[in-house]
Amino acid sequence: MKSTLKLALGLASAMFASTAVSNVAHAEDLTLCWAAWDPANALVELSKDFTKETGIGMKFEFVPWTNYADRFLNELNSHGKLCDLIIGDSQWIGGAAENGHYVKLNDFFDKEKISMDDFVPATVVGYSEWPKNTPNYWALPAMGDVVGWTYRKDWFSRPELQKEFKEKYGWDLAAPTTFDQLKQIAEFFQKRQIDGKTVYGASIYTERGSEGITMGAMDVLYSYGFQYENPKKPYEMEGFVNSEKSVKGLEFYKALYDCCTPPGSSNAYMGEGVDAFKSGQVAMHMNFAFTWPGLQKDENVGGDKIGYFVNPKGPDGDQFAQLGGQGISVVSYSDKQESALKYIKWFANKDVQAKWWSLGGYSCLNSVVKDPKFPSSQPYAQAFLDSMAIVKDFWAEPSYAPLLQASQKRFHDYVVAGQGSAKDALDGLVKDWTQVFQDDGKM
Amino acid sequence: MLDRTADNVARATPEPLAKKIRGISDKGLAWLFISPTILLLLAINIFPLFWAIYLSFTNYRANRPNEVVKNLGLANYQRILGDHDIWIAMQTTAHFVFWTILLQTVIGFTLAWLIDRKFRGHAFWTTIILVPMMLSPAVVGNFWRFLYEPQIGLFSYVISFVTGIPPTNVQMLSNVELAPWAIIIVDTWMWTPYVMLICLAGLRSIPEYIYEAAEVDRASNWRQFWSITLPMALPFIMLAVLFRGIENFKMFDMVNLLTGGGPGSTTEVASITLKRQAFESWRTGYSSAFAIILFVAVFGLANIYVKALNKVKQR
Repeated sequence: MKSTLKLALGLASAMFASTAVSNVAHAEDLTLCWAAWDPANALVELSKDFTKETGIGMKFEFVPWTNYADRFLNELNSHGKLCDLIIGDSQWIGGAAENGHYVKLNDFFDKEKISMDDFVPATVVGYSEWPKNTPNYWALPAMGDVVGWTYRKDWFSRPELQKEFKEKYGWDLAAPTTFDQLKQIAEFFQKRQIDGKTVYGASIYTERGSEGITMGAMDVLYSYGFQYENPKKPYEMEGFVNSEKSVKGLEFYKALYDCCTPPGSSNAYMGEGVDAFKSGQVAMHMNFAFTWPGLQKDENVGGDKIGYFVNPKGPDGDQFAQLGGQGISVVSYSDKQESALKYIKWFANKDVQAKWWSLGGYSCLNSVVKDPKFPSSQPYAQAFLDSMAIVKDFWAEPSYAPLLQASQKRFHDYVVAGQGSAKDALDGLVKDWTQVFQDDGKM
Repeated sequence: MLDRTADNVARATPEPLAKKIRGISDKGLAWLFISPTILLLLAINIFPLFWAIYLSFTNYRANRPNEVVKNLGLANYQRILGDHDIWIAMQTTAHFVFWTILLQTVIGFTLAWLIDRKFRGHAFWTTIILVPMMLSPAVVGNFWRFLYEPQIGLFSYVISFVTGIPPTNVQMLSNVELAPWAIIIVDTWMWTPYVMLICLAGLRSIPEYIYEAAEVDRASNWRQFWSITLPMALPFIMLAVLFRGIENFKMFDMVNLLTGGGPGSTTEVASITLKRQAFESWRTGYSSAFAIILFVAVFGLANIYVKALNKVKQR
């Protein structure tokens, strides 16, 4: 009886001890917050190396894109401790810096000899700096991303279609370099029968709820000459946001929506675009570059059937693309900032960045993207590089959310619902944005 | 036995505590028992209401906790009441509330009247009719979105079959004219059974002898319906209208799932605007003022309605 009691006590003690030890180990785990998408899975895979090297475990909190901003901005605003590291959207940087959500990384970068000169300049400005174009860093560029296009190379290369297209438009059917060409191709494919199936011209962003239609329309507006403000007088928007060129750009986006999208495309964003392309519904597809590795691997539309092209030029030859992507930051409310900084140091490493690219993440490190082998490393690598060279981003002001909501409403009302004119929409946008900046005391 | 137990408990109670308990009146004891509930209500209902009223006079933004909060007086209220978009959202809400209530009341009462005939299998059909009401709005919203899908949706194919219009042209959620009706159809499909249930309770509460007396007086079926059935079921119908009216005034889930307020702002009801201002634009003070305006509107209308309901009941 006595020995049984001893055994039971021994087992209980061992269990208690092991639980305590595991709790100690878990207490050191870092939680990284990001969106639930393909690159996040690649990051989970990549982070296993960090755990191997440092013994620090990694936990992940991934939220679907539709709730990503709501969920994590709530978390930051309530000073929550859920996230030690966060890969926050590029537009959050102003608010996160001014409201003290992110740890400023300048001293850490100096100490660890991490130089922002080693990263693609557009990503440093877009993901790390606040105020923009000043050496104040709040994030390490983590995931480069930009809006570009994919097209059905196999359809484009069919001799009968090439012949018909040439006869109709007078130029060879190929990936478009201007928006006029893009629209002609989209019109050519709209409601065409291919392999016994009705197909459509293009899938574009029209989503109303979060940021979809703004990301899509801006992709066109930039190349048509849209500017957010007077370059010489900040926040002066009259004549820039609603310039004649901007009006033409928005009219073009509506015309593209009206003529050449699949039925029921009134609320389409990244997921819907991928679905339309993967199911063989569309000839061309606007989407962020992060979708490209998945599409390339797709059995039905990937491999030799898919091609990639940079956002086309506008009527005056201007060419820009909407920046996506994010930087990785340390949350200032985290109790594990030291370990979180260790992760950033590890992530900035050249070899880790090379592996990040090979797993499906888009590295922003010059040594990776400027490697002579990079353009041929993936079929979409060149299009990504070219796109990253022409990026522009939406406002990254602390008030980016109301600014975005205003553009979502104005663009959707005009492009999808057909209410008013493009001029009305952009005049209204100037009015809304002016109100936001006046509320902020910036005007 | 119980008396003995109570005696034992009383004896075992320490004297200081016993003295205290003996000193409490029945009213005091009642307050003691209900105070936890009242405290809970104050904490989660009353305090937030007063807090929202306070915030509605400020420029507070929940995403900028470090910023100085300024008192704006009535500026938020003035801005809301002068905002064209807010009035459009209120019109959209009124349109939605009117048509859903009208359709649900007419169809719900008709169904209840038919079910009340007690035909063979009526219990089975009652259960079948009640199924939509038992589903989660999230599920309903999602599967109706698929049903409305112009390329694969069953709804589009049925309309196409009946009218001959190609299914890809039946764009219920993308078309500015059709999108509000798409939501009204789903809400009616889901909540008509609820109205039917209340109306059925009303119809079954009418004593049989009144109809028997009417039969003796040789009243026609039509006359019986207008003079007995409808007036006696009216308080129940009005109650159903009240419940559905309040619910639909603050409708959010179905609209959010089906159209997200689009296309454009065609289906942007007041609750969607409120959510966007509060949790996407982070204008906490402004959205609090809007919430108070909505609260006063619903509360006021409901009060007037309840008074009318009481008058009908007293007749």
